Amino acid sequence: MNVAYLYSLIAVVVLGLIAYAGVEAAGLDVFFGVIIPYLALIVFLIGFANKILDWTKSAVPFKIPTTGGQQKSLSWIRQNKFDSPYTTGQVVVRMILEILLFRSLFRNSRVGFGKGQHIAYKWVVWLWLFAILFHYSFFVVVLRHLRFFAEPVPFFVNFLEKIDGMLQILLPNLFLSGVLLLGGALLLLLRRVLLPKMAYISRPADYFPLFLIIGIAVTGLMMRYLDKVDVVRVKELTMGLATLQPGIPEGGISGLFYVHLFFVSILVAYIPFSKLMHMGGVFLSPTRNQANNTRAKRHVNPWNYPVKTHTYEEYEDEFRDKMKEAGLPVEKE
Amino acid sequence: MAETPKPEDLYQNIDHTMPDEAWEEIPPDLSKGKFCYPTKPKNLDYLDMPTPTKEEWSPADEEWPIPDNWQEIIHEGFKDRLEKYRSLKIFMDVCVRCGACADKCHFFIGTGDPKNMPVLRAELLRSVYRNDFTTAGRILKKLSGGRPLTKQVLKEWFSYFYQCTECRRCSLYCPYGIDTAEITMMGRELLSLLGLNINWILEPAANCFRTGNHLGIQPHAFREMIDFFCDDIEEITGVRIEPTFNRKGAEILFITPSGDVFADPGTYTMMGYLLLFEHLGLDYTLSTYASEGGNFGLFTSSEMMKRLNSKMFAEAERLGVKWILGGECGHMWRVIHQYMDTMNGPPNFGETPKSPITGTVFENAASTRMVHITEFTADLLRHNKLKLDPSRNDNKVVTFHDSCNPSRAMGLLDEPRYVLNSVCNNFYDMPENTIREQTFCCGSGSGLNTEEIMELRMLGGLPRANAVKYVHEKFGVNMLSCICAIDRAALPPLMDYWVPGVDVTGVHELVGNALVMDGEIERTMDLRFEPLNEETEEDADE
Repeated sequence: MNVAYLYSLIAVVVLGLIAYAGVEAAGLDVFFGVIIPYLALIVFLIGFANKILDWTKSAVPFKIPTTGGQQKSLSWIRQNKFDSPYTTGQVVVRMILEILLFRSLFRNSRVGFGKGQHIAYKWVVWLWLFAILFHYSFFVVVLRHLRFFAEPVPFFVNFLEKIDGMLQILLPNLFLSGVLLLGGALLLLLRRVLLPKMAYISRPADYFPLFLIIGIAVTGLMMRYLDKVDVVRVKELTMGLATLQPGIPEGGISGLFYVHLFFVSILVAYIPFSKLMHMGGVFLSPTRNQANNTRAKRHVNPWNYPVKTHTYEEYEDEFRDKMKEAGLPVEKE
Repeated sequence: MAETPKPEDLYQNIDHTMPDEAWEEIPPDLSKGKFCYPTKPKNLDYLDMPTPTKEEWSPADEEWPIPDNWQEIIHEGFKDRLEKYRSLKIFMDVCVRCGACADKCHFFIGTGDPKNMPVLRAELLRSVYRNDFTTAGRILKKLSGGRPLTKQVLKEWFSYFYQCTECRRCSLYCPYGIDTAEITMMGRELLSLLGLNINWILEPAANCFRTGNHLGIQPHAFREMIDFFCDDIEEITGVRIEPTFNRKGAEILFITPSGDVFADPGTYTMMGYLLLFEHLGLDYTLSTYASEGGNFGLFTSSEMMKRLNSKMFAEAERLGVKWILGGECGHMWRVIHQYMDTMNGPPNFGETPKSPITGTVFENAASTRMVHITEFTADLLRHNKLKLDPSRNDNKVVTFHDSCNPSRAMGLLDEPRYVLNSVCNNFYDMPENTIREQTFCCGSGSGLNTEEIMELRMLGGLPRANAVKYVHEKFGVNMLSCICAIDRAALPPLMDYWVPGVDVTGVHELVGNALVMDGEIERTMDLRFEPLNEETEEDADE
C-alpha cells in the first residue's frame, strides 16, 4: 500500500522522458507539439461532455439535501439560509460557497483521544487551506496561459499578471501563482504520503494526477526561471494551435517545453476518466444542489411506481372482531 | 449476546493505527457478536422479498445460501440503480479521497477499523463499480482501484453496510456532499436482492406491514396500552384523558413511533403528548392502522419504505383529517420530510396545516401536510398558550441529543431547544462539534439497535456518550433528552455503559411534567412516578 505512489511517480517520470527523448532524439516535434495536444483536447471535450450527459441521464428521484443548519419553519426562528437553503436563490448561494470557497471542507475537524476517556474535536484548517492554495493558484496559472492563445493578450491577463507578480523579485518577475501551485500540490502530496490514514486510503489514481501537476509546475517554473525557453517561438506554436493553423516554429523549441506540453495533454485527456471529474460533479451533487423545502414543494420522482401496500380494508378484515370488542370504530359491521 | 468487555478495557483498546495489509486483503470479521442475525424466512415471505433459504443460516458460515447467478443479479441491480439514482453515479465517480470524512464517522472513531472510514465504506461499492462499469476500470483493472465481485466482497458488504447507521455526518464534511447513507442504502438494496438482510430490520418491517406498527401491536392492544397510560396520568395529575381512535372527522391525525406506546422511556413521552393535547383541547385522533411513525423500509429499500409509508396518507384521507401531526422520531422524519410526498403524494386530504390554537400556518409543510411536534409546541410556547411550571423538572439537569435525521436531513435544531428552555430550568448543550448539524449518532440507528452486536453499538455510540460525559462532569447533567424513538431505546444502555447516572427522556415527557393542567391535583411525582425534588415540595408547602 505504501508504494502506491511509486507507480504513479514512475509513470510520470517515464512519460516525461518519452516526450523529451521523442523531441530531442527522435525529432517528433509535430507529434508532441501538434498531434498529442489536439488529441488530448478532443478526448477531453468528448469525454467530459459524455460524463456530464451520463450523469444527467440518471434520475434524481428524491430531494435529499444534507442540511447544515436550521431549517425554515416558524417565522421567528432564524433560518440558516445558506447551509439549509429553502429557495432556489439560497441554493445558488450555497453552491457558490461550496464551489468557490470550499464551504464543507472548511468545517473539517480532527478527533483526539485525551486522558481520562476524554475525546475532543479540534477545528483544523490545513486541508482547506492547502486545497484553496492549490486550486486558486492553478486557476490563475491557467488564466495567465491565455497569453499564449490570444493576440492581443486580453486585458485581464495583463491585469492578473500584475497582481501575480506584485512581489517584484527575480528576473523575469516572479509569479506567485506558479510557486503556490507547486507548493500546494507538494503539501497535498506530503499529506497523502505522511499521514497514515491518508496513505492507507490513497490509490495510484490519487498520486498520479498530483505527480503530473507537480511535473507541470516544475517544468513550467524551469522554463521561466532556469532553462529559459524561447517564448516567442512557444507563442508561435500555441497560436498556431489556437487558430487551427498548427506548425512547428523555425529553429524549434527545447525538449523541456514538450515535456510540459505533454504533461498538460495527458492531464487534460485524463480528466474525464478520473476523480478529476469532481470539477463537474460538484455542481450536480444532490445533497448540495437541492432546496430543503420538500414538505412545502413536492418533488417528483420520474420513476415512481405503484407498490403493493396493505390497505385499511385488509387490515380491518383481519382485526375486525378484535376492533369491535375494543370499542374501535369499523367501516364494515 | 456476546459478552461485552468493561468500558475501561474497551476504551483502552481503541486503536487508530492502520494495518500493514491493504484493506482489500483483510477479510471481514464475521465471528459471533460481529454481525446482525439474518432475516427469518417468514418475514421475508410475508413481505414478498427474495428468500435465500428456508433453513437457518449464519453469516459466520463459510458458504452462504445465495443463488448461483448471484453476481449477475448484483450486476443488473447495480446497473439499474445507477440509472435510477444520480446520487449513486456521482458519488461513485467524484470522490478524491481527501480524507475529510475519515474521522467523522462514529463507528470509525469507536472501532478504529479503516473500513469504517466513510471513504472506504464507499470504496467497497466503488471498487466493484470501477471494475464493472468504467472504461478506466476495464483497461487498468486493479491499478484503477477496481476489483471483481467475489464472495469475500459480498461478505464485506454485509459486514460494513450493517456497520453504518446512515447518519450522514460524513456527508456534511465532504466537499462534494458524498452521502454514505446513499451508499449504504444502495448496498443494502443490492444485498436484499439476494435475500441478505437482517432480522432486526425486516421483522419490524413485516410487523408494520401487517399490524401498522413495528412491534406488531394489534388494534385492541394498542388501545389498551394508551388507556393504561391514561390511568397513570390520572394517578399522577388527577386528570382523566379519553383520547379517540380511528375517529373520522377529527381535525388532526397524530402519528408517533410505536416505541412511544410500547417501550420505556418512550411511554413517558407518549404521556407528555396526551397531556399536551388535553391541555389544548385539541381535536385529534390516534390511528391503530397508521400506528407507526417509524419506517424500517428506509433501511431496506426505497420500495419497502414506500410500502410502509403509504398508510399515513391513506389513513389521513380515510379519516378526513385536515393535517397530520408527527411525534418525536428521527428516521421517521427523514422519510416524512424528504420522501413521503414524493413517494405517496400529493395528499388527497386536508389543507396547509394551521395550528387551531395560535392560528399559525405552517407554510413549510404546505404540500406534505405534516408538522413536527416540536414545531407545533414551539409555536404554542411562543404564543404563551401553555400554562407551565418548569420547576417540576428542577430535579433534572438536561442536555439535548440532536438525532441524526432531524439535524442533517431536515434542519430541526432550534425548535426542540426552544421547547426545552421553556419547560426546564437547567439546560446545557454539549460541545459544539457534537451537536446540531455536527451531532453524533446514538450508534444504533438504521436498524442496528440489536442485542447481538452490543459491543459494536457501544463503540459506535462512544462519541455521543463521551460528549454527554463531558456535560455530566462539568454541569452535573443527569438527563439526556432527545426526539427519537430509536434514541430512547438505544441511549439508555449506552449511558449505563459509558456514563452511569444519566437517564434518557423525550422532550415531550419534560413538557408533560411542566404542564399545569386544568383541575389537576398537586403534583408530587413526575411522569415516571418519581418524586419531584424535595426543595420543590418544601417551596410548595410554604
